[in-house]
Parts: sequence; C-alpha cells; structure tokens
Amino acid sequence: MKTAVFVEKNPLTNRLRDVSMELAWKAHSLMNEHKGEVVGLFVGDRLPEDTEKLFQYGIDRLVQFTNPKLGHLHSIAFKHVLKAMIETEGPDFVLFGATHTGRDVAPLVASAMKTGLTADCTQLYVDDFKDSGKILYQVRPAFGGNILATIVTPEHRPIMSTVREGVMRLPEQGLDRKPDITTFKAKVQPEWIRSKFLSTVAKASPVNFQTASTIVSGGAGVGSRENFKLIFDLAHALGAEVGASRAAVDFGFVDKERQIGQTGSVVRPKLYIACGISGSVQHRAGMEDSAKIVAINTDPDAPIFGIAHMGIVGDMKEVIPTMIKYLKEEAE
Amino acid sequence: MKKIVVLAKQVPDTANVTGDAMKPDGTVNRAALPAIFNPEDLNALEMGLSIGEKLGFEVHVVTMGPPKAVEILKHSLYMGADNVWLISDRRFAAADTLATSYVLAEAVKKLGDVQLVLAGRQAIDGDTAQVGPQVAEKIDFNQVTYVTELKEVDVDHVVLERDGETRSETIRTGFPVLLTVTAEANTPRFPNAARMLQFFRAGLESDFDEESLKIARENGWVVPTWTLDDMGLDPERCGLSGSPTKVHKIKSITLKGTDLQLFNRDKTGIQEMVRNIVKDYVEVER
Ligand SMILES: Cc1cc2nc3c(=O)[nH]c(=O)nc-3n(C[C@H](O)[C@H](O)[C@H](O)COP(=O)(O)OP(=O)(O)OC[C@H]3O[C@@H](n4cnc5c(N)ncnc54)[C@H](O)[C@@H]3O)c2cc1C
Ligand SMILES: Cc1cc2nc3c(=O)[nH]c(=O)nc-3n(C[C@H](O)[C@H](O)[C@H](O)COP(=O)(O)OP(=O)(O)OC[C@H]3O[C@@H](n4cnc5c(N)ncnc54)[C@H](O)[C@@H]3O)c2cc1C
Repeated sequence: MKTAVFVEKNPLTNRLRDVSMELAWKAHSLMNEHKGEVVGLFVGDRLPEDTEKLFQYGIDRLVQFTNPKLGHLHSIAFKHVLKAMIETEGPDFVLFGATHTGRDVAPLVASAMKTGLTADCTQLYVDDFKDSGKILYQVRPAFGGNILATIVTPEHRPIMSTVREGVMRLPEQGLDRKPDITTFKAKVQPEWIRSKFLSTVAKASPVNFQTASTIVSGGAGVGSRENFKLIFDLAHALGAEVGASRAAVDFGFVDKERQIGQTGSVVRPKLYIACGISGSVQHRAGMEDSAKIVAINTDPDAPIFGIAHMGIVGDMKEVIPTMIKYLKEEAE
Repeated sequence: MKKIVVLAKQVPDTANVTGDAMKPDGTVNRAALPAIFNPEDLNALEMGLSIGEKLGFEVHVVTMGPPKAVEILKHSLYMGADNVWLISDRRFAAADTLATSYVLAEAVKKLGDVQLVLAGRQAIDGDTAQVGPQVAEKIDFNQVTYVTELKEVDVDHVVLERDGETRSETIRTGFPVLLTVTAEANTPRFPNAARMLQFFRAGLESDFDEESLKIARENGWVVPTWTLDDMGLDPERCGLSGSPTKVHKIKSITLKGTDLQLFNRDKTGIQEMVRNIVKDYVEVER
C-alpha cells in the first residue's frame, strides 16, 4: 500500500506549510498500520529550506521536480507533473492540503486521471469495503457544516482527498530519520505556462492560529469595530491570538484572515474564548476541538453554551474589562 | 459572436437545513429546502455581465439541475444575461464533481466560440470548490481560481487579483480562461425592472400550453433545456454511474454536551472565572 502527499511550501518564507507536515504524519499513521509507504510529491522552483522536517513527520521518500519557471502556481504545469509522478509511483491514496494551491491543483489532477476527489476531509481511515479491498474512508462536513458525510471511492485509483490546515495533528516528537530525495524527470512545455504573474503582495498581519495556545474570538455580538478593541485587549492580556466569527468579519469588525470556522481557519488551542458568538455549526466546525472553551454571551440559550466548559451570561462590554482587571491582578 | 459562459447552481439554503432534507441514499432532497442562487455564482454573473458589456461578448448562463433550477435562470435574465440554458436529465442525478464537470464542459463545447467561463468559487451545499477547475481541465482552458478583483479587461486579455492565501497575486492571462470568483470580487447588480417585466413569464417549454407556447417563443420566454441525448453524452460518464465518489454514510451534526460551569456576571463571578481560566491554563501549560 502506498500514500502520496502533495508537499507545499509558503512562497514567502520558502518553508513547508504546516498542512504538508500534518498530512505526512497522517499518512504515516495510516501506512504504519497497513504496512505501506509514504511518498512526498513536490513541484516548485526550489525545495523548501526545511525539507528535512518531512522525514521527521513520516515521509519515507520525497519525489521532487524543481524548475525556476514554477515559482508561481502555473496550474496546468503542476497538473501535468503531478499526474506523471502519480502514474510512476502508483499510490493508492493521494492527499492534498485544502489550501488555495491544493484546491486549485487537486481537482485538475483528479479530472485528468478520471478519479474521485473528496474535499475538506476531517477524518481519514483505511478499512475494507465490499469487494474493493482496503479503501480510504473520507469523512467531511457538507451542506454548510450541517452534516458529516462519509465518502468512498470504491472502484477508482488513486483515491484522492483534500484536508484543511490544522485538521490533522502533529506529534509532539517527530521521527529520527534521514532524508531520501529522488529527482523526477520532466520537461516544462511552453503551453503549460499560460498566466503571467505581474506582482505578488504579502498579506498584511499574518495571523498565527496554529501556534497560539489561546484564542480570543469576537462575533456579531461585539457590535462594532470600536468595541472589537476589547477583544484585542483581552487577547493581549492573555498573550492570545484574535479570532472572529464570519458575522464579525462580514460586519467589517476585523479582517477575513481572522475568521474561524468552516470557511475560515480550523483551530485547536488550549483555551478558546468566544465573545458575542452564537455558536453556529459553521463556527463550531473550526473551534470545537479546543481543549477548553469559554463563552460570554447575553443569551443563555445560545448554542455556544452547549459546547462551552465555562461561561458567563452577560454583556461582553461589561465582562471583558473586568476580566482584564482580574487577569492583571492574577499575573502579579 | 464570442461568448462568456457563467456556470450557476441552484442550492438549498444551507443556513436552514434539517435532517429531513437528506434522502436515505445520502443524496440531497432539494425539494425540502428553500432554493437560492448560489451566492458566489451571482458574483460570477456580475463579472460576466460587466465584461460582456465592455467587450461586446454574449453572456450565457448554464445550469445543470432539476427543472426547478429554471428559477435562477430567470433571475439571470432579469440581471441581464443574453441566453440561459437548463441542462436537465434524470440520468444526471447524484453526480459528483467529476460527472458534473463532464456535463458542464460538454455544454461549453456545444455552445462554441467561448472565450471565458466564470464559476463561483464554491457552492454552499456540496462545498467542494472542485467543479470550476474540473471544467477548465476538460475544455483545456487556463484557470485562475479565488479571483478577488477584475483589474483590467480587453479583447485579448484580463488582469486579475487572486487570493493566494499567504499573498495576493496580480495575474495577467489571455483567453480562453476559466475563473472562479469569490464574494469579494464585486457586488452583484439588482434585477433590472424592465427585464423583469420582459421575462417574468419565462419558463420551460413544459410550462406552456400549445396556445401560449407560440407567444412564448416569439417573446423569447422559453428557456431551452438540453438532455443527455440532446448533448450526445456518454451515459456512463454522467450522474451516479459517472461518479467515482459515493456518499457512504450521512450523519447530522448535533451539539455535544459538556459540563458547563456558569459564573455570575458580577465582579465576584468574573473573578472566579478568571481564576479558573488561569489555573487551568497553568495546568495545561505544564
Ligand atoms: C456555507 C457557510 C459557511 C459559513 N462559514 C462560517 C465560518 O467559517 N465561520 C463562522 O463563524 N460562520 C460561518 N458561517 C456563518 C454562520 O452560519 C453564522 O451566521 C455565524 O457564525 C454567526 O456569527 P455570530 O455568532 O458572530 O453571530 P450571531 O449568530 O448573530 O450571534 C451573535 C451572538 O452575540 C450575542 N450577543 C449580542 N450582544 C451581545 C453582547 N453585548 N455581549 C455578549 N453577547 C452578545 C447574541 O446573543 C448572539 O448569540 C457560514 C455560513 C454558511 C452558510
Ligand atoms: C454530502 C455531500 C458530499 C459531497 N462530497 C463530494 C466530494 O467530496 N467530492 C465530489 O466530487 N463530490 C461531492 N459531492 C457531490 C457534489 O456536491 C456535486 O457533484 C455537485 O454537483 C457539485 O459540487 P459542489 O456542490 O461542491 O460545487 P462546487 O465545486 O463547490 O461549485 C463551484 C462552482 O461550480 C459551478 N457549478 C457547480 N455545480 C454546478 C451545476 N450543477 N450547474 C452549473 N454550475 C455548477 C458553480 O459556478 C459553482 O459556484 C457531495 C455531495 C453531497 C450531497
């Protein structure tokens, strides 16, 4: 059995994206159980500077194709090279990050290979399926997060899935392994390059949810952009990152990068404080695995209290300043 | 004449889904839910209409769906689309994105002389965001996904801004190209009152009796429908049989209970909660 993982880097830092390591580890756990191999597939201008981490997180072998023309996402070129790699390697399963790169390229590869692609999986496991032998069971939310569907691709290979960043976990400690990298032979055809990248601008204030142990989030109940400063103040007092519901983003209280939920980031901090957030299924999809959830909401029947461990039924505009005061006292 | 095709999907309003909306085979019972124009497809249509006006290209809206999906086609006519097409056949049912994109790609080919295909970034029911790219692959168009702004358009090229997640990218591409459009890209126009008057009677051929059909035809009220046979498609690549992915199991999401500890909203309550947070926090940190 073999699983391939699409390896992606952040072009700004030339370092691996977390999702690639998370998928490597997931593939490693699956293949460990079923005595299979994990291969990484990398396409780009040059290898990420921390490539060795892939091996610590369970990639057995990396197949790479680098070409200076592929510094940007030339979708068609990525498709051709990845398809050729997959045909050569013959994996049973191929995992992609559900990033803006993965969701651009994976559908092209699946279409070209006439196989199934399951989007945004939150759980993956291998088991028997009727006469098809062992297949990948792919669990994903759909219907705006209101249902969890288990999707199977019984008769086609490879079975392909995308998974969002933050969904699969990394182990505390990686493996002690030496890199094993092979170079794939391909030639970039001129007709594969059809877009011209005129300029790229790094996005302002990259939000770092993945390393934050505490997140303070605000929702529609915060009421205004001015009031949202209270969320930042509380976060500051806790050394936390600031998150938001989609309603808060839509109202313009904060930038979209801070959105948590089904169409935002998936987070799993040790402590999540939800202020003025009702707790819709879509929001919960991004935060309900947090170790401790605290809710501050004026409505005692808000669904957020159904998943919270601690809470105050009250106005966040009054509760937060008092919380900050006592936090400062506790710190002394 | 050169054409722009906008792919649009009628979707159940997923903000209000109940368990009854799913059939036992795991497919969606659309009839049980209010149906709306997929939000980002309105952004795609807006972009199509503005480019069409600028370049003098015809704007065609194509949807694959049940007869009821004619509603979003009428809405497209109200907004200003030149032509609309319903692709409908029982054999298209339960299609995954591979089978859906096969049918839509064949429709684009059948229309001919298409320069630009616009899709929404994502449909709010299936939520895969896969159909756009998979259509592009089948018709061998270049693609730009996650388009957040149309910066420039001319007869032979477009300049777009793309949300590249860690950075935004300004991209220039020639035609033909397929774009997937996000909600940020524009504000969809309202239906035009004159066009509403002109098309409010529009419908499928089967909506008219023999008498009124003639009048409907003369007025351009008949929304054309293409079936699998009209399009000469391979039934093995359509619907359930053309779909490698199968829905194996569906579970509705319910609230999981926790032991909620509520504190008073007075000073003492808040202080107590802060102490608990700090205590817990220190414990987990260790
Ligand atoms: C396809 C799809 C994807 C979506 N993706 C996401 C997503 O990724 N993330 C997301 O968050 N949402 C998402 N949504 C939207 C989601 O359905 C909800 O609309 C949204 O989460 C609501 O945000 P909210 O809780 O801030 O607002 P509301 O639901 O309006 O809740 C506001 C809450 O604030 C409380 N409140 C009011 N005043 C105060 C006060 N002074 N102090 C304390 N509490 C107060 C109210 O009691 C209420 O509970 C998505 C929806 C769809 C259809
Ligand atoms: C619970 C559930 C889970 C599913 N999971 C998967 C899965 O993981 N993989 C998979 O391949 N299929 C899956 N499907 C099937 C998928 O929903 C259908 O194939 C659907 O027809 C298209 O996918 P989408 O809704 O995700 O559209 P998206 O790919 O999100 O749509 C993007 C854009 O494509 C265009 N478009 C999409 N459908 C149409 C249409 N019918 N007519 C015109 N334009 C259209 C629109 O412009 C739309 O904005 C699932 C279905 C269900 C019910």
